[in-house]
Amino acid sequence: MKLSSKHVTLLVLLALVAISPMLFPSGYYYRVGALIFVNAFAVTGIVILTGYAGQISLGHAGFAGIGAYACALAPVHLGLHPALAAVLGALISAVLAWLVGRPILRLKGYYLGVATLGFGILVSMVLNNERQLTGGPDGMEVPDLGLRGVLKDWGLDLSNGQFWYFFSGICLLIGAWLALNLYHSPTGRALRALHGSEIAARVVGVDVAREKLKAFVISAVYASVSGSLLALQNKFITPDVAGFMHSIEMVTMAVLGGVGSVLGAVFGTAVLTLLPQVLTAFGEYEQLILGLVMMLVMIFLPAGLLPSILRKLRGAEA
Amino acid sequence: MKTTLTTTALSTLLALGLASAASAEIRIGATLSATGPAAFLGDPEAKTLEMLVEEANAAGGLNGEEIALVLYDDGGDPNKARTFATRLVEDDEVVAIIGGSTTGTTMSIASVAEDAEIPFISLAGAIEIIDPVRPFTFKTPHTDRMACEKIFEDMQKRQITTIGMISGTDGFGASMQAQCKDVVGDYGITIAADETYNPTDADMTAQLTKIKNTAGVQAVLNPGFGQGPSIVTRNYKQLAIELPLYQSHGVASDGFIELAGADAANGVRLPGTALLVPGLLAADDAQKPVVDAYKTAFEGKYSTPVSTFGGYANDAWLILSNAITTAGEADPAAIRDAIEATTGLAGTTGIYNMSAENHLGLDLSAFRMLEIKDGGWTLVE
Repeated sequence: MKLSSKHVTLLVLLALVAISPMLFPSGYYYRVGALIFVNAFAVTGIVILTGYAGQISLGHAGFAGIGAYACALAPVHLGLHPALAAVLGALISAVLAWLVGRPILRLKGYYLGVATLGFGILVSMVLNNERQLTGGPDGMEVPDLGLRGVLKDWGLDLSNGQFWYFFSGICLLIGAWLALNLYHSPTGRALRALHGSEIAARVVGVDVAREKLKAFVISAVYASVSGSLLALQNKFITPDVAGFMHSIEMVTMAVLGGVGSVLGAVFGTAVLTLLPQVLTAFGEYEQLILGLVMMLVMIFLPAGLLPSILRKLRGAEA
Repeated sequence: MKTTLTTTALSTLLALGLASAASAEIRIGATLSATGPAAFLGDPEAKTLEMLVEEANAAGGLNGEEIALVLYDDGGDPNKARTFATRLVEDDEVVAIIGGSTTGTTMSIASVAEDAEIPFISLAGAIEIIDPVRPFTFKTPHTDRMACEKIFEDMQKRQITTIGMISGTDGFGASMQAQCKDVVGDYGITIAADETYNPTDADMTAQLTKIKNTAGVQAVLNPGFGQGPSIVTRNYKQLAIELPLYQSHGVASDGFIELAGADAANGVRLPGTALLVPGLLAADDAQKPVVDAYKTAFEGKYSTPVSTFGGYANDAWLILSNAITTAGEADPAAIRDAIEATTGLAGTTGIYNMSAENHLGLDLSAFRMLEIKDGGWTLVE
C-alpha cells in the first residue's frame, strides 16, 4: 500500500516529536522543542490562509493575543478552567475574524493585509492601555493548566519542560491533521482554486468571499490556540504576544519553510526558532547573520526551504 | 530521506549547544535586554556585568575559583527571556541568575528560577517582583512606590496638597502612575488633574494646558522615562507654568538635562541615587567608595557616563559576589541563604539590608531628592 502525502507528513511529524527527545542532552531542549511546536501551530493556520487560499494577514498576532489573554483573564474573572478559557479565546477570535473578514474579504488585493495590520495593532494597544484589566505592558500571570498534576496522579511524572514538549507536540499533530484533511476537502479544493484564479473559481461556482472568510476564521482560531498554549506554558503573559513583530514572525516562518505545505511550515518554524538560540554564540552579529540567512533563502530558494530541498533531492534521485 | 536530513540538522545543532557546557568554575547566568526597546536599561547592565566579572577574575575570582559569566540578550521579549532562563538553568547549569531588565522579562525568569531553586536577582522596578516574597527572587532597584513616597514626602515639606499628574503610557510611566495614586492619600495630597501621553508623542502642551487651567493645582508630577519627560519639561517652560515640577527616577541622568535644556530643566526636582551626584556626597558617606569605584571603572573602560541602570547591575553583582564569598561554596541554596542574610551592604543605589520578608532591602534613604540648578544637580535637604 502506498502512503498518501497526508500520512507521510503526519508520520514524519510524529517521528520528530517522539524521537527527538532521545537526542536531548538537557531539559532546555524540551523548552526549545515546545516553542517550535507552539509556533508551528500558529504557522499551520498561516499555511491554510496564505498557502491554500493565497490571502495575506499581517495581524495574526492579534488573535494569538486574544487566545493568550483569554487564558489569563477568564479563569480569574469568570472562574473558567484554563482549558475552557482557551476554547473561549478561540471562539472570540473566530467571531472577531468573521466580523473583520466579512467586509474585507469581498475585496481583492492587499486590503486584507492592511485591515489585519490595523486589527493586530488595535489588539496590542488595548492590551497595553487597559491596565486595570490586563496589567498593561508589565503583563500578568496565567494560572496553571493543572494537567501535569493529573498525569502525575496517574503515575506519569514529567518535568515542566517535558510535559509542555509532548503536550504542544500532540496539539501540533492534531492541528496538522485537521489542516491536511481540510486540504483534501471540498473547501480545500475551493481555496486552492481561488488561489489560482478568483475569476476562474467563481466561474466554476465557488463562493469566493465565503471560502476566503472560512480560511481566515480557521487560521485565526489556530493563532488563538497557539497564543493560549504559549500563555499556559509561560505562566506569564505580556502584550508582546500580540505585537506587530510576532505577526511578521509567523508569516516569515511560513514563507521561509515553504508556505504551501504543513511540513514546510514546521520546518521553517524550527529553523527560525532555533537560529537565534544557536546564533547567541555570535553576540551582536546575531541579527546580521539571521538577516543574511533569510535573504539567501529567499534569493536562492524562493519556494521556501523544504520544497526547494525536496525538489533538489528528487532531481538527484532521477 | 526527510527524516535523515532533519536528524542530521538537529544533531549538528545539539552539538553546537553542547560545546558550551560543563567545566569546573563558578557559572553565573544573566539574561538582559541589551538590544530592543529596553536597550537603554540592558546595555549598561550588560557592560557593567562583563566589566565586573573581568575585574573579579583578574583579582583571583571568588573563593579562589574563576567566574564564568553566561550572558544572553533577550531583546526585551519575555518569551525569549524565559527560554534563555531555561537554558541557563538546564543547559549552562549556572548557580545564580542576574537579569530581567524589565518587569515582563523578570516575571518570566522568576518562575523558571523558582522551579529550579536557583537564586535570581532582578534589575527591574515593579513591586510585584518581591511582593509577595518568592523564596529565590531578589531585586536591586527601588520600587516605583518608593519613588512616589519620596516625592510626596518632599511635597509635604513644601506644604503642597493638590497636584496634577501627567504620565507616560509606557510600562514605567503606567506602573508608577498607578503606585503614586495608591499611596498619595497617605500624604494628605489629592490629585486634581490626571493626564497621560504616548511615549512617542512630540508635544504635550494640550495636556499641560488642561492641568494649568485646573483650579488649585500646586505642583505637577510626571512619571515616565525616555524622551517624554524632557518634552513635558520644555512645554512646561513654554507655557510659563510657574508651579514646581517633579520628574521621576526614570530620567535621573545628565542626558535628561541635555534633552530638556538647562534653562527649562531649572528647578525640576526628582528622586535620584547617589551615583548621579558623586561630587556632592559627604566624605564619610557609606556609599561614596562604591559609587566612586564603579564610576571610575565604568567610565574608564567604556568612555560613556554611568547610568542608574548600570548601577542596579553593579549592586546585583556586589550582593551576589558577597553572598558567594560568605557562603564559601557555589551551591544555589547556600547562595540564596547568604543573599537573604545581606546586611549593611553599600551599593550605588543604596544600603541593602535583606531579610526573609524583604527581598529588596532598601528604604527611602536610598533616594536623594535632587534639584536641577544651572544645568547641574544639587541636593535638597
